[in-house]
Amino acid sequence: MGQFLEILSKPDNIPIVLLLLSVIYFTWLYWVKAKRNDMATVPVEATQDDKVQVWPYLVRIEFLMTIAIMAVMVVWSIALDAPLEEPANRALTPNPSKAPWYFLGLQELLVYFDPWIAGVVLPTLIIVGLMAIPYVDINEKGNGYYTYKERKFAVLTFGFGFLIMWVALIVLGTFLRGPGWNFFWPGEVWDPHYVAVLTNVDLSEYFGITTRMPDNSLNPLAFIFGAVCVGGFYSLGVLYWIKNRNTDLMQKLGLVRYSVVSFLFLSMVGVVIKVILRLLPTAFGLNPVKYVWVTPWFNV
Amino acid sequence: MFDQLKKTEVYKSIFRHSYQDTQRNRALQIVDNVFLHLHPVRVPRHATNLSYTWGMGGITFLLFLILTITGVILMFYYRPTAQYAYEDMKYLMNDVPFGPLIRNMHRWAAHAMVLTVMLHMFRVFLTGSYKPPRQFNWVVGVLLLVLTLLLSFSGYLLPWDQLSIWAVTVGTNMARATPLLGHEGPLGPELGMRIDNDVRFVLLGGTEVGPPTLLRFYVGHCIFLPLIAVIFMAVHFWRVRKDGGISGPEAAKKI
Repeated sequence: MGQFLEILSKPDNIPIVLLLLSVIYFTWLYWVKAKRNDMATVPVEATQDDKVQVWPYLVRIEFLMTIAIMAVMVVWSIALDAPLEEPANRALTPNPSKAPWYFLGLQELLVYFDPWIAGVVLPTLIIVGLMAIPYVDINEKGNGYYTYKERKFAVLTFGFGFLIMWVALIVLGTFLRGPGWNFFWPGEVWDPHYVAVLTNVDLSEYFGITTRMPDNSLNPLAFIFGAVCVGGFYSLGVLYWIKNRNTDLMQKLGLVRYSVVSFLFLSMVGVVIKVILRLLPTAFGLNPVKYVWVTPWFNV
Repeated sequence: MFDQLKKTEVYKSIFRHSYQDTQRNRALQIVDNVFLHLHPVRVPRHATNLSYTWGMGGITFLLFLILTITGVILMFYYRPTAQYAYEDMKYLMNDVPFGPLIRNMHRWAAHAMVLTVMLHMFRVFLTGSYKPPRQFNWVVGVLLLVLTLLLSFSGYLLPWDQLSIWAVTVGTNMARATPLLGHEGPLGPELGMRIDNDVRFVLLGGTEVGPPTLLRFYVGHCIFLPLIAVIFMAVHFWRVRKDGGISGPEAAKKI
């Protein structure tokens, strides 16, 4: 346990502790305010739309907040020294080697995906997906006040992406990933010699299709199997469209917006499925899944 | 004596109006001040409610100012070469008056800024403030988030210690695998990508994190990225005003 507390209280890890606490607090705050608004006929914010003078009513808040933040920063900076380790040495690799804390969610995904997905495609999708939000969310309600009832899908999707896929993975990557990026429970000692014995197999092998032929060339059947899995997964979006295309919501959304939403949404779900495929089988004594789709150029 | 001072030409040239508590003076206080005139004269009452705004955007801006000032001071003591960088850090932490304070504040404020940017984005999402007419400002905000992460990441390398070089090595190793543009990425080798000509090579100025990388990250961290960030911040703040100030339920009614 001592080692866990040591990691927890490392000066460079303070932001992650702050992140965790503040995200929990603000999610709770949101929930309280959204619930209150959802039960009222008019959101609370709408009853506070009378105008007040910026001087002094807003400027004084900014002034006090500035003083408070400056005080916090000064105390924090006096109390804790920024880390400065040994001089840079290319010949000496620390174990674990970790990226800066805000990228640890992506580093965690490296366990489940090849670097081109976890390190390049997913960050790009996150950025593009965030930018697309205002243009694909055509729900006019919930503009300028807290609500859950009026935009459940939007809040749940964003909440899952931010709280679980971003914040929780950062916390996991910081506190529970030790040498060799192996998982250690709080209280377990980070043993640098620990080796996790896992024989990963490709998904097709669960169905008796070996990925490699005896001469080590790619089995065309396995290639087709993988393509069907990945293609079939994304075509769920097409099926949903065909089934619901005549509803008012879909008509208003339009095919372009729908395609963007369904692609991004399925991609996020796909990440979760791949994580589950890797983690769940071990609980039943089965081999974890390595790849769903193996091709000569890339693996998914 | 003070009344006399107030009548002088110098005083009047600086302060344009009296400080009597009138509606008009309260308005002038905002409009006549280059820093405060970013604000409207009046705002809806819920805009002064911290539990609505969370204050994270403002705190982010304050942290950016703290980072600019402490960063400039750090630049006086820091040389971005592999030979001197680490020595300068030791000098800063041990011999420069208030050196540790300045450096600590720069690092903690940088961490805090990444955190407040995320929370600001979370709040803007939860209040639906990206909805019309503010769609584009959300896009600008996403770009500012990316710039914040890049600023923090490029600064991570500068101490030139084990922590920085390996964190940046882990981070930039991802660029190897860029589809089409990385030498280990899908279709990269097919397009002629090698370790000494792909996107990672451009980023690092070499095949591994070395002295040219330090210089690149330094220039990016101190000049290029802050410049871009300031431009986008100007757009961001200006758009907040142009799109009708802080979001609120009544804004939706007017469209």
